[in-house]
Amino acid sequence: MKVVLQNLTKIFPGKSKKEADQVVAVNDFSFEIPDGKLVGLLGPSGCGKSTMLNMISGLQKPTSGHIYFGDDEVTYVEPEHRGVGLVFQNYALYPHLNVKQNIMFPLQNLKGKNKLSKEEMEKRVTEAARFVQIDSLLDRKPAEMSGGQQQRVAIARALVKMPGVLLLDEPLSNLDARLRLQTREEIRRIQKETKITTIFVTHDQEEAMSISDMIVVMKQGTLQQIGKPQDVYDDPVNLFVAKFLGTPPINVFEGKAENGKIYIGNDNVLYAPEVRDGEVYVGIRPEGFIPDPEGPLCCRLINIEVMGRDMSVISANNSAVSETVRSIINSDAGIDTDSEFIRFSVKPHKIFVFDKETEERLY
Amino acid sequence: MEKQTDLAKIERSAAIRRIVLKTVIYIMLSFWAIMVLFPFYWMILTSVKDYGKYNSEFIPKFFTASPTVQNYIDAFTTVDLAGYFANTIIFTLLTTAAMLLIITFAAFAFARLEFKGKNLVFTLFLSLMMIPNELMVITNFVTITNLGFRNTFTGLILPSITSVFYIYLLKENFAQIPDELYYAAKVDGTSDMKYLFKVMIPICKPTIVTVVILKVIECWNSYVWPRLITDDPAYFLVSNGIQEIRENGFGRENIPAMMAAVVVISVPLIVLFLIFRNKIMEGVSRGGTKG
Amino acid sequence: METGKNSWKAWLYLLPAINFLGAFMVYPLVDVFVYSFEEGYNFASQSFFGVGLYNFSYVLRDPYFLQAVKNTLILVLITVPLSTGFALLISLGLSSVKKVKNLFQTIYFLPYVTNTLAVGLVFMILFKKTAYSDGLVNLLINRFGGSSVDFIDGPYWAKMFVLCFYTIWIVMPFKILILTSALASVKEDYYNAAKIDGTSKFRTFTNITLPMISPMLFYLVITGFIGAFKAYSDSVALFGVNLNAAGMNTIVGYVYDMLYGSSGGYPSFASAAAIILFAIVLTITCINLLVSKKHVHY
Repeated sequence: MKVVLQNLTKIFPGKSKKEADQVVAVNDFSFEIPDGKLVGLLGPSGCGKSTMLNMISGLQKPTSGHIYFGDDEVTYVEPEHRGVGLVFQNYALYPHLNVKQNIMFPLQNLKGKNKLSKEEMEKRVTEAARFVQIDSLLDRKPAEMSGGQQQRVAIARALVKMPGVLLLDEPLSNLDARLRLQTREEIRRIQKETKITTIFVTHDQEEAMSISDMIVVMKQGTLQQIGKPQDVYDDPVNLFVAKFLGTPPINVFEGKAENGKIYIGNDNVLYAPEVRDGEVYVGIRPEGFIPDPEGPLCCRLINIEVMGRDMSVISANNSAVSETVRSIINSDAGIDTDSEFIRFSVKPHKIFVFDKETEERLY
Repeated sequence: MEKQTDLAKIERSAAIRRIVLKTVIYIMLSFWAIMVLFPFYWMILTSVKDYGKYNSEFIPKFFTASPTVQNYIDAFTTVDLAGYFANTIIFTLLTTAAMLLIITFAAFAFARLEFKGKNLVFTLFLSLMMIPNELMVITNFVTITNLGFRNTFTGLILPSITSVFYIYLLKENFAQIPDELYYAAKVDGTSDMKYLFKVMIPICKPTIVTVVILKVIECWNSYVWPRLITDDPAYFLVSNGIQEIRENGFGRENIPAMMAAVVVISVPLIVLFLIFRNKIMEGVSRGGTKG
Repeated sequence: METGKNSWKAWLYLLPAINFLGAFMVYPLVDVFVYSFEEGYNFASQSFFGVGLYNFSYVLRDPYFLQAVKNTLILVLITVPLSTGFALLISLGLSSVKKVKNLFQTIYFLPYVTNTLAVGLVFMILFKKTAYSDGLVNLLINRFGGSSVDFIDGPYWAKMFVLCFYTIWIVMPFKILILTSALASVKEDYYNAAKIDGTSKFRTFTNITLPMISPMLFYLVITGFIGAFKAYSDSVALFGVNLNAAGMNTIVGYVYDMLYGSSGGYPSFASAAAIILFAIVLTITCINLLVSKKHVHY
């Protein structure tokens, strides 16, 4: 099912009735999620992404704007009539019910013509459990299972009623690092097989990039950018998106544009005639550096971390916003570890220029 | 588009159901609030009604145009209400202070000190919590009588200055203080006693306040033991005083004066409650029961 | 740390507590059993002339005791379920409103901090029928077409009604407090999950809320039983100290009357009655615990 959000706004009233106390959790948000896609809603904590999810599920009502599922407007429809499945961050499995009872719970709510026979319910539960590979644990109580297993039960419970839209709130945040990798593959597989439109919320950009068909980057309730993960990474619209995506993070320098030339300090790193003269931020991805004795950018060499296939060169530059500049370089490149300075040339498609005031992308 | 209107209809009926439910809930809550408040209102109202007028009202009036304080004057002059009050304050203060000292030392020993048989003694203490008070009152009554402590403050206070439950509550709180603090204090040459008073008690002040509040409520309302131990009105506490007033005072029928006495007795705890509302409610939910 | 070396110090800290507990809890506990078997104990001369079960058989045949047991049982069976159920209703209501919730909570707690004896007098006045006035409650009954009843000196059922009513009024604050915090501790996510799945309000209550708060509910039932079995001062507050004459005595009241008061001076009978009460309470508590083991799932 296609999900369309139109000018969605959510304002929480403050403690007092004053306007200044109001919190704008989501601000004039519009985008369209095509049918059958896996979408990652990405942003730092407190950016309103959970509020977004709650509005899509119907647990919270927007202050203004519209939500459509397919062609139906569901803005003010109660959650139970929307046909969504929601997996909570801490799973919200009922502790007094076993796995089977937990998964069956939503089916037992169906009334009237949707009511299922006992056999039908059993069948659906078994199918859902097998689908997430927990069919051997049906008699366990949630407390007797690992976090990953609980997560699967929660997904099974959300899937068993065959929702039109599946929503996951920080699905991996309660799992340890190893389970995280495994579970995110699992979510990808489940989504591919069921073809249910799936939206998940995360603050971990790696998580979002690795499995999403589309990512939606948010900041303080406003939409920053939507697109395929690689496109957003390669072509960020502003400094925030550039900084938020990628590990290690992008290196940011203070620079200036003069006569179409971009300078970091006195080093001319780029020729960009469309950028008007003025102060700018220059962002360079760690993989955008090439050690080059003739290169324009000069940094003080601090340390080299060897990581096998690659190495990480840590250096410093007076114009850099952070204390160190981190670059990832193929370990074949010979670098004199004893020298005090290192010079780089820069791959032109790995360097971005942003306006100093608006932080919008200029190049 | 048909599904649209369908959903809208469902939503509308759901909204109506929600409003009806909310109304029912508010009516129920208000009903019980009135049930709770009404006796208080009635007691205050009656206490300011004129004695003669009160008796001539076959149908009691719900308000009075001419409130009087005469009943309060009567309450303090006809019976020794001030004396009951003073007794109760003395009893409450002495009992609470003595208990606090004893349970603090005991809790400190259990939480901080190491000695042989600690676990055994603590288990025995805990098992005493299960024994109902009624079983002990009989012998205590005989003991106090034989010691000649009837109609004395000593007799009133002695049996209630230890509480296993409060020792337990305080010990649990003491035990949460990190050991490092104790060792640091030891290295600095602090004595145990000083450590207890300078470090542990200030840290655990919230729990101690809770214990004090609960004990004060208990003392202020205690009735059974004082009734057994005192028959001289000079040593009556407010509960016994009220009972005495009910049986003999004010010529039985002076209900406004009786209510004035009831108001005077009830006010201190209610004021205490309104000030320490959160502390009291938290303390009670952690370990209070009534009865 | 150095065990043993400072042992005597620890005992010194414990000494006051141990002394008082020993004198006023442990010794009485032993003694009450001794008393209960000493036949014909004379309080003045502190002598007795036999050892046996006579005290128990006397108490069990005493019509006053049987009346007290009957009263107590009726009180327990009526007030415990009613107060728990009603407190649950109120708490559910409380947890579903936001406005004035604090005000309601404060009001509901008031009976807890009032003197049972003092407020009992107010109830007596509200229910009592005197020469001057039938009392407010009777006037209400008249308004709805009933005829006046003296709830304080009148028929047994009327007196029992007032006693139950007052007892419930007194125990509600504690139950509401405990249940409200139990309800608040159920995580919002469970309700949201149920909502997403379209669970009806009733099913949410029976299948989620009730199991989640069942440990607290059973705690309240158990303490409620114990508390109601020990009822005494509420009855005194309403009917005066001579409860036997009013026919409204309770088991605890019987114990105290045997010990002291107009019919007093018999610690042996009092002990026997107290032990019988203890046995009843212990049995009921054990049954409660067994039932709760079966029904409280986690």
